Amino acid sequence: MMKLLIILVVILGIVALAQLAKVYEHTRELRKTREEDISYADNRMNAFLWILWMIVFFGSSLYLMVKYAHTLPESASEHGVALDLLMDVNLWLVTIVFFVVNGLLFWFAAKYYYRKDRRAKFFPHDNRLELIWTIVPSVVLAFIIIYGLKTWNTMTGDASEAAIKVEVTSEQFKWFVRYPGQDNVLGAVNVNMIDPGTQNLLGIITEESIPARIETVDASIAKEKEKIDSAAKLALLPASAVEAIEDKIFRLERLKQRILDIKNYEVKGVSAWSAGADDIIASPAELHLPVGVEVELNFRSKDVIHSAYLPHFRAQMNTVPGVPTRFKMIPTITTAEMREKLDDPDFDYLLLCNKICGVSHYNMKIPVIVETMAEYEAWLATQPTFVASEEPAAEENATEEVATEEVAAENVSAELITNED
Amino acid sequence: MAGHGHHEESFVSKYIFSQDHKMISKQFLVTAIAMGVVAVLLSVLFRIQLGWPSEPNSFVHFFLGDRWAPGGIMSGGAYLALVTIHGTIMVFFVLTGGLSGTFSNLLIPLQIGARDMASGFLNMLSYWFFFVSSVIMLTSLFVETGAASAGWTIYPPLSALPQAIAGSGLGMTLWLVSMVLFVASSLLGGLNYVVTIINLRTKGLTMTRLPLTIWAFLITAVLGVLSFPVLVSAVVLLIMDRSFGTAFYLSDIYIGGEALDVTGGSPILFQHLFWFLGHPEVYIVLLPALGISSQVISTNSRKPIFGYRAMIGSIMAIGFLSFIVWGHHMYVTGMNPFLGAVFVFTTLLIAIPSAVKAFNYITTLWQGNIRMTPAMLFSIGLVSTFVTGGVTGIILADSALDVQVHDTYFVVGHFHIVMGMSAIFGMFAGVYHWFPKMFGRMMNTKMGYAHFWVTMVCGMGVFFPMHFIGLNGSPRRYYAYSEFEYLNATVDLNVLISVFAIIGGIAQIIFLFNFFYSVFRGQKASQNPWQSNTLEWTTPVEHVHGNWPGALPVVHRWPYDYSNPAYEEDFVPQTVPLKPGEEEH
Repeated sequence: MMKLLIILVVILGIVALAQLAKVYEHTRELRKTREEDISYADNRMNAFLWILWMIVFFGSSLYLMVKYAHTLPESASEHGVALDLLMDVNLWLVTIVFFVVNGLLFWFAAKYYYRKDRRAKFFPHDNRLELIWTIVPSVVLAFIIIYGLKTWNTMTGDASEAAIKVEVTSEQFKWFVRYPGQDNVLGAVNVNMIDPGTQNLLGIITEESIPARIETVDASIAKEKEKIDSAAKLALLPASAVEAIEDKIFRLERLKQRILDIKNYEVKGVSAWSAGADDIIASPAELHLPVGVEVELNFRSKDVIHSAYLPHFRAQMNTVPGVPTRFKMIPTITTAEMREKLDDPDFDYLLLCNKICGVSHYNMKIPVIVETMAEYEAWLATQPTFVASEEPAAEENATEEVATEEVAAENVSAELITNED
Repeated sequence: MAGHGHHEESFVSKYIFSQDHKMISKQFLVTAIAMGVVAVLLSVLFRIQLGWPSEPNSFVHFFLGDRWAPGGIMSGGAYLALVTIHGTIMVFFVLTGGLSGTFSNLLIPLQIGARDMASGFLNMLSYWFFFVSSVIMLTSLFVETGAASAGWTIYPPLSALPQAIAGSGLGMTLWLVSMVLFVASSLLGGLNYVVTIINLRTKGLTMTRLPLTIWAFLITAVLGVLSFPVLVSAVVLLIMDRSFGTAFYLSDIYIGGEALDVTGGSPILFQHLFWFLGHPEVYIVLLPALGISSQVISTNSRKPIFGYRAMIGSIMAIGFLSFIVWGHHMYVTGMNPFLGAVFVFTTLLIAIPSAVKAFNYITTLWQGNIRMTPAMLFSIGLVSTFVTGGVTGIILADSALDVQVHDTYFVVGHFHIVMGMSAIFGMFAGVYHWFPKMFGRMMNTKMGYAHFWVTMVCGMGVFFPMHFIGLNGSPRRYYAYSEFEYLNATVDLNVLISVFAIIGGIAQIIFLFNFFYSVFRGQKASQNPWQSNTLEWTTPVEHVHGNWPGALPVVHRWPYDYSNPAYEEDFVPQTVPLKPGEEEH
């Protein structure tokens, strides 16, 4: 019914337009006017419409600015306060430019509409004027650039040694949060080590997890080989299916070799393979952060590019498979305080995905809980370490990938930067 | 081609495989209009979803059917496919192929006094590559697994792995094939434009007597020729990764329960290659529109364009700078912050030539005698959208601020106003202004007015509120904004935007009707309806092969002698010799 109605309306609209056009054509012929001769009435009407448009456009812009420019609560991170100020200064500047330049444009368009007895002023150029509107924007931009980059520099430097390291890993369509445990060193991970069978969902490397992983792969290979053997006996499988299985075995053997190739390295004199044992993977996945302490968020991705977006903290960083990224910040307002400020007992900070990553991109989030150091430590104590959770019985964890060599390189360069400082 | 325009042409050689630039221009325009209708329809469909998330809608069901909209509710996969193809069609097929293809083809030979393009054959090939590419892109909407759904920027690994999203199967393959053909079309066209402008200008037409349209088309073509090949290499590497087991963009990936055998590639490499085209692409879209508006504003203000040389300088500066700013799309990819700082600097530099252009337009209007033709309204509208969308670019160029608004609706609002609305306004202005030259008839002015005002109001009604949705921290490309409580703050704006989008979309019927009605029934055009100075208006109304029946015109002055006090008429065509003692401006 709705469909029919829509089609009917469209058809009727076109017929009406055609009729109107015909009537218009006849009057044009009778009056002997030409389409390109814009009448005084038309010129004046459009001049009037420019003024009307200016009022409507400016009025509704102002309304939107007043009502919607600050719908997010105040920033819950230290750099966010500076960033908000920078944003406000910039918004004020561009809003002024917006009103002044558009105002001049609409005003001139309306004021100088065509009249037969007038003649336009022949004014091809004026070096002084042009110099003015080259230099003034340059000066304003210089201010914007310098101010912006100053804020940028404070946001992007390296985190201090004392910063709490947290790793956030993305996968379609969930997040994993890993804490480094006692040593404040995140254990090495490798994508080939990811093993849902042993609940090693982040692919953490330890002296124990490697043999466990090899065992799983061997078991898979054996299972596939068995399929082929039984198929050969019974001649049940078509040749193409056998080929597919052989291909799978080949890939599994390549996988095994890649696992065997993983090499150990040292971080701060500690074997990277031993650092992972005390790592903690938050379950359920929540990002707990102590208030007033610097945190270094390290990001990884298991499958495609995602982006970890924390709008309430004015923080964002892409998570890229194969390329570790990081972002540092200091949370300043606990969840409890923010709930009180907003008078909303259900309020939660969020970490959400902000890079198109698949069909459930729009619903890929975890809560972020900012709490006092005591609460944070108490929560951390309730979480099992990786070794504990890896026991075949208790299982929950997760993980991530990046070749060890790259992790090593990353750490070396981080060290170099620190030394230069 | 010159001089043998008298023999009888068959239907095929006249209308289909034509080598005449005027016909090719019309072919580009009609194809672009068809593609534009599709893209607008797609956007209306996904705006219905965003305004009224997951409410059954029979209009949506009518177009998407049970497979993509079971029960009249659009599926998440369909939503992403619509968004992706809408962006692709608008950026490439309407605003690149359509805009440059139509007006570069029409105006370059006519405004420089040439019989045709340097190579009519390459020009024909350019159109047919464009046509085939368009057909493939539309076909991809109908494949089993759905059209490409990774966003128009097709970042791998999402676009590389069919396991990641269904649209990265056959749909993405077709997208990539279509894009390679599109780039071939663009290169054939672009090289032709550059060669024609450099070599075939008529006697007396020095570079500083060229209309600004031609300058804009020249720089646009140069940008395209230098940047599109980089897109092809990015696309070819992606095809290799998808189909031939390489790992240029892939590393350390665990998907579908399997660790892929890929190491050492970088998804960020793709972004560098893509945006090396992608940013100049913004100006490939925008510069022709600015060129058109320069011409239209000067003619209809009955005034010379203010600061002609500064305008040329700004076009060149914008063109050059557009090559060294691509990193501003990547501030939050984990790129070295120092590199980010460099891109902040270069990006904000672009604001200077842009400001010069905006102020020059406004000064051109000042003390003018403005004829409110529909083309003029669209051109003034273009200056407004260029300024309005441009200033928010200053926020996005700032790397620190970008952390908060990157990939939010702030970006969507920004580029739809500064690049989408501006370029489409330029295109409309061009169609209304040069319609008499293309079809020998006039378009209906009254309908033009209605079209402009509704489009202006609806366009701003759609895109301006998006800034505030973005400031509230709403990510783009979300299928619904109902999953997070904090997004409720702007839920009413999403409804408002959808209402404007639907009205604005329907209003384009006025234009379509006016266009096709006027092609056949419009008032017969006179030779120089707008009393313009440029050479295209010295050709006869009826098209002839070779453009001028006799000798080519000779140029004696710049194209902007409007209201020159030395002359009684308020325009002095370029073919009028200087008076004794008259100084050229």
